[in-house]
Amino acid sequence: MNEKIHVKTKINDNDVEFLCEARQSLLEVLRDVLDMTGTKEGCNDGNCGACTVILDGQIVDSCLVLAVEVSGKTITTIEGIAGVDKLHPIQQAFLEQAALQCGICTPGFIVASKALLDREPNVSEGRIRHWLAGNLCRCTGYDKIVRAVMAAQENTK
Amino acid sequence: MDSYGSKAKALAGGTDILVQLRGNRFDIEMLVDVKSIPELNELSYTVSEGLSVGAAVPCIRIYEDSVVQQSYPCLVDAAFLIGGIQIQSRATIGGNLCNASPSGDTIPALIALEAEAVVFSKRGYRSIPVEDFCVGPGQNGLQDGELLVSIKFPPPKLYSGAHFLRFIPRNEMDIAVANVGVALTLDSKKQTVESARIALGAVGPTPLLATKASEFLVGKEISDDSLYETAEIAKQIASPITDMRGTINQRIHLVGVLTRRALQKAVERAKGV
Repeated sequence: MNEKIHVKTKINDNDVEFLCEARQSLLEVLRDVLDMTGTKEGCNDGNCGACTVILDGQIVDSCLVLAVEVSGKTITTIEGIAGVDKLHPIQQAFLEQAALQCGICTPGFIVASKALLDREPNVSEGRIRHWLAGNLCRCTGYDKIVRAVMAAQENTK
Repeated sequence: MDSYGSKAKALAGGTDILVQLRGNRFDIEMLVDVKSIPELNELSYTVSEGLSVGAAVPCIRIYEDSVVQQSYPCLVDAAFLIGGIQIQSRATIGGNLCNASPSGDTIPALIALEAEAVVFSKRGYRSIPVEDFCVGPGQNGLQDGELLVSIKFPPPKLYSGAHFLRFIPRNEMDIAVANVGVALTLDSKKQTVESARIALGAVGPTPLLATKASEFLVGKEISDDSLYETAEIAKQIASPITDMRGTINQRIHLVGVLTRRALQKAVERAKGV
């Protein structure tokens, strides 16, 4: 059962190959095999959204995806959000609005927010709050996060 | 799946089963990813056959589909409130049904909409009415070697409407304290109920078709009183437990409230208002 499986995938526009066990989650492989520790582990059961990545255009909890399932797929993680020499407008807005405290939930919020603004460029505050319901933050009370996403939306117009 | 029998399970969205496997809830040797089987990924509709939702189609694809939005809004109600977007991107109504949770959020909607589960095995295809699919808490009626392929919904009838409601203590992302799906058809004057199906969740070992309440409503004129009485009858089959989410009394009360409100909305939809 512990025989390793060879997986080819695309992460942040790079072709990536790795070996994993069938039982391993995408989250485990990102962090422990590929050393991409920007994606955080919170609950490891699909409640908190800290491990959110974009998988073939959809946000998913990477703790609930088996690594073997991403063969041939396209993944964006928090490491793929920023530009070459500058932060993504959402990251910049999170800094300017002080939309984080401990920071564990932040990569998940930024990845989820990017997916939202990419597909819906004119979103309401209500839509942002609904979209981000799958991301938990125990520090900020969410207001600053929502404000940051709204500011990022304005800044990208 | 056939060769592993009870030691095999299907993996669709994985939002339940991966968590359950990590908790050692099942003793299995083989997890079969069924997402790349084309038949399980089909979402198709014809006027004569109705809607077919492949067992591996995620919730987000269901509720963003324009045909589903127009012809099966009750299915949108249910698929839209399962988990957050991350879960909706993976979770399937096929998985929701197979998981057979008493509180499964799409199941009362499926029962109300007269859905059938289409199952395949080496022996061929068979169909199971959704109200008979769940046989106990967390237990579905699939036999070893059987795979849920799709869920079929009959075409919506003229002057029909349906609605699904769930009560949770939060705004989003929680497990139902009680949930209710209803569907009804009115006569051509849009005053009298010609057929009705009321289904309840989280108030018994499996989601339930409230047969007596459904039958009571047939032939009745729509009024506050008739909907209230129907909801009161629906409460009679609720046999909930008290747990951390709610008490027996609260759940039975909720069945009445949710049934009445869901019927009101279904009537509005049937009338086209």
